[in-house]
Amino acid sequence: GVHGLKTQHSISFLQFLLLTADIISTVEFNQSGELLATGDKGGRVVIFQQEQESKNKLQCRGEYNVYSTFQSHEPEFDYLKSLEIEEKINKIRWLPQKNAAHFLLSTNDKTIKLWKISERDKRPEGYNLKEEDGRYRDPNTVTTLRVPVFRPMDLMVEASPRRVFANAHTYHINSISVNSDCETYLSADDLRVNLWHLEITDRSFNIVDIKPANMEDLTEVITAAEFHPNQCNTFVYSSSKGTIRLCDMRAAALCDSHAKLFEEPEDPNNRSFFSEIISSISDVKFSHSGRYMMTRDYLSVKIWDLNMESRPVETYQVHEYLRSKLCSLYENDCIFDKFECCWNGNDSVVMTGSYNNFFRMFDRGYQQDMTLEASRENSKLRSVLKPRKVSTGGKRKKDEISVDSLDFNKKILHTAWHPLDNIIAVATTNNLYIFQDKLN
Amino acid sequence: MFPKGTKRKFSDSGEEAVSSGDQGPASPSVAARTLSSSYSLQRQSLLDMSLIKLQLCHMLVEPNLCRSVLIANTVRQIQEEMTQDGTWQIMTQALAAAQCPTDRLVATEVLCRQTDAAAQAGQSPKPYSVVGVEEGYHSEEVVMEGDVETDVTMSTLSPVSPQLSSASYLAGPFGMGPCWEEEEEDGECEEEEEEDSEECVSEGEEGDGDHLSADSRTGEQVFGTFEIKHPAPPPDPALEELFSDVDPSYYDLDTVLTGMQSAPKMGPYDLLDSLSSHGPTALSSSSSCRSDLNELDHIMEIIVGS
Repeated sequence: GVHGLKTQHSISFLQFLLLTADIISTVEFNQSGELLATGDKGGRVVIFQQEQESKNKLQCRGEYNVYSTFQSHEPEFDYLKSLEIEEKINKIRWLPQKNAAHFLLSTNDKTIKLWKISERDKRPEGYNLKEEDGRYRDPNTVTTLRVPVFRPMDLMVEASPRRVFANAHTYHINSISVNSDCETYLSADDLRVNLWHLEITDRSFNIVDIKPANMEDLTEVITAAEFHPNQCNTFVYSSSKGTIRLCDMRAAALCDSHAKLFEEPEDPNNRSFFSEIISSISDVKFSHSGRYMMTRDYLSVKIWDLNMESRPVETYQVHEYLRSKLCSLYENDCIFDKFECCWNGNDSVVMTGSYNNFFRMFDRGYQQDMTLEASRENSKLRSVLKPRKVSTGGKRKKDEISVDSLDFNKKILHTAWHPLDNIIAVATTNNLYIFQDKLN
Repeated sequence: MFPKGTKRKFSDSGEEAVSSGDQGPASPSVAARTLSSSYSLQRQSLLDMSLIKLQLCHMLVEPNLCRSVLIANTVRQIQEEMTQDGTWQIMTQALAAAQCPTDRLVATEVLCRQTDAAAQAGQSPKPYSVVGVEEGYHSEEVVMEGDVETDVTMSTLSPVSPQLSSASYLAGPFGMGPCWEEEEEDGECEEEEEEDSEECVSEGEEGDGDHLSADSRTGEQVFGTFEIKHPAPPPDPALEELFSDVDPSYYDLDTVLTGMQSAPKMGPYDLLDSLSSHGPTALSSSSSCRSDLNELDHIMEIIVGS
């Protein structure tokens, strides 16, 4: 079962998956947790499947093995603007499974694709007009008729593009979200949110448009959007000014005016030229229950109760020690890094990444937090991860790392939590780590 | 960890900035004098850094709009504060007084060729052209030395006095459009730009003015890209007919802000440039897209003369 982090709990290292040289750009479990999809900068999708638990390994869940690999997006060239369209996969979202096949949506900056991943473990044999290798037989040699039969074959996993949703976004797509009705989904770019029907590719409905009449008036962009997990008419979108707007599609066709606006008043003590930048929300995620939503800004994670717009109900500092380094981080552009966040299955723990390949977990129930590191040196199979600490004061204790020693090139932007179990997937720049909760 | 940047780094809080006895450019007003010089140095440095960031856009890929918006907002904030404490006016006055040699600016221009748009718009780029925040993306308002005073609508800018006509404002850039040619090495340009900044800064406090003009120069380069649409030459009737079914709403600044890169050749190419993503947001079919693209390719070949 899923449980929060107690002091006795420890996270143990389950698996290290070396991916290609390309930078991982998205990580997502499917609804059962059996499949784990990653997208990378080269436009590739790699899907891992969890092994069925073996009886021998009592304390471990099954390992994840490569299930399918396919090229989802190719680089394109926009001739009109003389600009490349990156093939990098920005987001992957699984559709709820309806039959034997699996479906997922993957998107780059401009185009969303629906992929079908299906297994084939049988093939028809005994055709009348074809040889087994596919060559056509000379009809004159056919003297008898037989009925082709299905015979087992080695398992083959095929990925085929079923829909291509293109030409609906002038700006860069940052989010896709499947509706709970399983028929529609939304896609959001910097200035607009569009609603699609999964079956219809040649048109979408624009439901949010914050593009000003004069672009000179543009001061705010959309940074993330998500459908409510249960209410198919409700979605939220976050902005670069730290606001979240909740919209009800029943109210109007164009949801420019929000039903609710979530915004925390600025702390005047912390005001600086960087205040707005660090308030920019990089990710927004509803809790599984649908009662809360979580936002990630540069320094913190905030939990909001959907019934209270004035301020978050919980705030967790991810790396407050960076507050005094904001100018340097602005200079090297790190301040613009977009960290994601995720909930565990029962919404009791939230997780997000940081620098130096650190990632952070916050147990809402026990009000505890933990800092862990995803690194090869520190990860022996099944070994328990040692919590990390960044020293902020003058004296650095042994085993602590000072802020100035942090490697800002090693950032964990993408993390995912198995929806039903305490298994987490953590992506460093090039590698995927899978950790599990050590069962005591 | 940190790229080679301006010599004077904005001190992170807790550290002492490079302190100097100079108060800043020209004759300080009472307000400016009361401001700590280290703070204004830091603020200036942040401003310079921000402007550089806005201009160092990716050549091949559309720049990140969110990042650009956040940087532009930061620039605005600084401008606002500097206006309120009087530093802004001092700076611009100093610029008007100072004669910054243009060779440095020319060098920047040579290495980082700007688009012809500004020239096409009927203005010759000058080192101290005034550029307001809104000017850049408003297609109707051409960035010209003469008019900007009247056209500056940004609320945070204090009213311009006529004597500042030749002074340079800070570009409030929405520097999305890649202003540099694809052939240029990003690194090269970046270095050059930073060298310029460093040169300026190393001249001392008075150099602030120089520095500023360099920024505004490059700011104008950035703005240059936004002038493509105005005034566009009469469109080629043949091309017009070809694109007659395209929704004219695409002839708007979307294209500019999505990082459209101007081609060296103007003229009918303008028309192609001003089309945003090929296909309306609501309706499109990929097959008709493809055939249109083929036609466009064909036309481009004719224009480019390949």
